[in-house]
Amino acid sequence: MSYQIVVCGGIAPDPLQTLEPVPGPALKNEMMLPHVFDPWAAHALYEAGHLAKLNPGAKVWVVSMAPKAKLQQVMMTVAQKLPFELVPLDGPPGGFTDSADVAEALAAAIRTIAGLDLSRLLLFGGWESATRGAGTTMQRVGALLGITEQFLAVDQLEVRDGGSLRVWERLEGGRQQVSLCSGLPAMLAWATGHLPEPPNHPPTGMANGRLLMPALQKAKPAPAGAGCTFLDVSLPKQIRQTVIVKDKPAAEIAREIVEWITQ
Amino acid sequence: MSASVAQTTVDSLRALPGDAVRQVLWRFSSRFDLAMLVQSVRAVARGPVARLVAQGARLTHEWTPEKNELLREFDHSGITAAYMDPEAGGYLEGPKNLALALIAFELAWVDAGAATGSLAGCLALSPIHERGTPEQRSRYMALAAPGGPDEPKRGSFALTEPIPFAGVETGLLSGKVRIAEWPDGGEPLLEVSKRGRFITNMGFANFVTAAVDSDDPRIQGSLMVILEETDPGIFDRGTPTRKLVHQLSSTSDPVFQLKVPASRIVGGYRVENGVILPRYSHGEIIEAVFRRTRVTVALMTSAKLLSAVEPLIRYHRDRFRGSGAVSPGSPRFELGLQQKEDVVHRLLDIWATGEASASLGFQAARLFDELDPIEKRKDEVLEAAGVSGSMAAFKFLKRKQGDAIAALKTGAGDPVLQYLILDAQANVHCPACKLWNTGHGANTMREAVSLMGGYGITEDCPGFLGYKWMDAQLEATYEGPEAVQRRQLTVTMTNEIFLEQFRLWIGEMRKIASRRPGAGACTLASAMELWLWTLNYLQRIKLFQGSRQAVTFPLADALCWLLASRAQILDVEELREKGPDNPGAAEGLEATVQFLTDLCHIQAARAAGEVNRVCSELVFGHRAHPSWEGAGHSCYQEEELIGIESVVPGASGFTSDFVYEDGRVPDKAGPCVDMSGLADFNRLSTKVHGCMSGFMIAKNRAAQALQKVMIPAALDYPA
Ligand SMILES: Cc1cc2nc3c(=O)[nH]c(=O)nc-3n(C[C@H](O)[C@H](O)[C@H](O)COP(=O)(O)OP(=O)(O)OC[C@H]3O[C@@H](n4cnc5c(N)ncnc54)[C@H](O)[C@@H]3O)c2cc1C
Repeated sequence: MSYQIVVCGGIAPDPLQTLEPVPGPALKNEMMLPHVFDPWAAHALYEAGHLAKLNPGAKVWVVSMAPKAKLQQVMMTVAQKLPFELVPLDGPPGGFTDSADVAEALAAAIRTIAGLDLSRLLLFGGWESATRGAGTTMQRVGALLGITEQFLAVDQLEVRDGGSLRVWERLEGGRQQVSLCSGLPAMLAWATGHLPEPPNHPPTGMANGRLLMPALQKAKPAPAGAGCTFLDVSLPKQIRQTVIVKDKPAAEIAREIVEWITQ
Repeated sequence: MSASVAQTTVDSLRALPGDAVRQVLWRFSSRFDLAMLVQSVRAVARGPVARLVAQGARLTHEWTPEKNELLREFDHSGITAAYMDPEAGGYLEGPKNLALALIAFELAWVDAGAATGSLAGCLALSPIHERGTPEQRSRYMALAAPGGPDEPKRGSFALTEPIPFAGVETGLLSGKVRIAEWPDGGEPLLEVSKRGRFITNMGFANFVTAAVDSDDPRIQGSLMVILEETDPGIFDRGTPTRKLVHQLSSTSDPVFQLKVPASRIVGGYRVENGVILPRYSHGEIIEAVFRRTRVTVALMTSAKLLSAVEPLIRYHRDRFRGSGAVSPGSPRFELGLQQKEDVVHRLLDIWATGEASASLGFQAARLFDELDPIEKRKDEVLEAAGVSGSMAAFKFLKRKQGDAIAALKTGAGDPVLQYLILDAQANVHCPACKLWNTGHGANTMREAVSLMGGYGITEDCPGFLGYKWMDAQLEATYEGPEAVQRRQLTVTMTNEIFLEQFRLWIGEMRKIASRRPGAGACTLASAMELWLWTLNYLQRIKLFQGSRQAVTFPLADALCWLLASRAQILDVEELREKGPDNPGAAEGLEATVQFLTDLCHIQAARAAGEVNRVCSELVFGHRAHPSWEGAGHSCYQEEELIGIESVVPGASGFTSDFVYEDGRVPDKAGPCVDMSGLADFNRLSTKVHGCMSGFMIAKNRAAQALQKVMIPAALDYPA
């Protein structure tokens, strides 16, 4: 079966950066900080790539709203990982844009993809973003596209003979809910999935790049966020304690974290 | 400098220059292929390479399985194939000098041994790529290309030999080749014996390009030959070199005694009167190879300097945090050691050196990218004109020298003239960056280690600065130590085509200075004039000669300072001009440009000071110091002055030192030096001093920026 998979994903500042909210609201020097592809959406992307690889003829699109200059830098890594076509939207970076606005812009962009059959769409994204953490964007995109089969915090997907899907969703307490979905279209908002980050593959990057750069140049401005006003923003009351260690086994790290939490 | 942390309204550098800024500075913002390559290599450098170093893999000379695993990382990430053309399994179109330079830079940001390991493979292939026959090229490129069913074959380049043979003097070859068998009408079988010393990649290489000399009247001269591990005879990898540096690369002293077909002679051969005439001598091949690969080595040291900035800022800022006695918000807490003027000023020197050396190295890499296709076009022209053989080509090009100089003013369309112009530049820029980036870079790395205190010389030092310091010394040594680069510069920097360009560059700097006074360009232009004057002078008085290394070498060093500073200024001008149109670089651009301009000013002033010192030493140092009597006697006797006075009253006041009639000398320091013929030098030298105006103001401004610049919470690779 030739799948059409659309992955929605934004970008997030590199986690090593010091993030400080400033009036706007925005993050201090946000455009100057290195960024990564949103980690949750990245899991969705790796799953999409894997599915496409197993199903010849399948195609992956990545629909991303971000300042296009930053998106371009992020794509220099992401585009080397697997074949996809980028549908960029030149909009604000993640954190302070209302998820409803973002969803609308994404859904509108998906509708413009030539040759896409919405009735056979597999819509992928993260169950939340690393910047906003609203956990509501993908449901809205799905709803706007008329996709009612929606799965949240997905850990695993199995495509069964006949085209039905078995989906594992993450629940509280380490348990999972397993559902059967008889067919497409469907929306899967991924948690971590179970695939590692694919290694960089420069020839794939070169192939993606030939379409990616013109698409970025033509990216349309997406004036999302106009409908929402923030009165105040501040850092969460949280103490960040960074400890740099090496050669420590995972079990030992886990024990220390538990000890720290229960202190 | 103020110790306060008060906010100022002046926009100051907000974050360390990111990828977008670097892409503009180093002119690859329109090359997404290179931007991707950088990310790919960075993931290897700051991932598996950094983890290996942090785990202590550098503490053994042995080629361990963990180190060997890096080769696979290089294959998967595109590092191995970056050197290859698409038809040979690569993925980058066109010349690859800038691409390889970026790879070296990214890997050496963490560990230059890893960079060396990856690039030594290219070094082994280079003789074949540059001078090999089409069959040799297709065979070995295909073997070395990753992505096939088998592990790619890896190569070594073996020139250096055990003492007393090939080292700096590459002509002293003990490696020999003779004819083992020569069947009637068939291909000769060669017997090659070669011992290597310090040969990189030897722990695992499957083939070797080796330099050998003829030991048989039926073979003419020297040549390079390809040896394979499966050839009959001895292919002994030797024991690992007990080196103190670059431990993520494999180095050993191999021994080869092998029989190979004559088709392995790099570049092929012809037979005349029963004698094998190799198409290229080993000297011609290494010339073509090193002029490209040395640029990548130069950039390894640049990366170290720039990589030291972030860990040093963090160390300085955090130095007193966590003590109950130093409360948050206090200057001591917020700025730590950055409160101290010397700390920030020295870091600025390191940073400025790093910027200048990266600018010079990448400029050289781009120059070779430009030169490569033009060189091919030049070869076509020569072939069409029936010019064959290196001597005939040399004579042909020599006749075009004058035209090339004229074309500098008119703009040359002719590929031969374009070639001569670029070649003259490349012949200077390659040794210049290898020499200055690594040699001065190694000295500057010591400063970086110093600024990290005791931590600097431990294995735990963030950014591995101690390792990097030692590693820099190897970069200054292999592929030709500093003496080799200086020797080459002695010749190439006096090429009139280069000097004519140099004169134009003085004008170029003056133009920049008129648009932006007080940013270093004028300082540099004045120092360039002083250097040129000194070269002319030393040539005129016949002191500038190949055998007088104490004259030629310092002048070569001085030129490097000038070229590095010029490259840095040109890069920042590029950013100033193109940055606003580049959305990725545009944020905070004004402050970034201001800061980088201040670094240019700092560097230009250092360069000017260095040039002034070198030139003064050379110009004055060879003139005898005057004495009151004897050989250096240059003083009037009192009675001579009385005589002068009787003819022109008052004239004795214009004479210099004199000796009294009773033999007494004036009670002062000593007789003054004779400046005759040096009025121009003094004028130019004084001008250089004047041109230093404002550089400390720039440094103070940059120091304030350094105190405020935002850095990430932790380094993005383990330590
Ligand atoms: C880790 C490592 C890896 C290496 N990898 C390779 C490799 O893969 N392949 C390879 O072929 N070689 C390799 N080399 C060898 C390296 O290129 C040589 O060590 C280098 O060229 C210097 O030769 P030498 O050590 O014999 O020094 P020498 O020739 O003994 O020179 C020593 C010093 O004497 C002075 N000197 C010598 N000659 C002159 C002169 N004419 N004028 C002025 N001063 C002079 C200079 O100060 C010079 O630095 C490697 C070396 C090391 C340490």
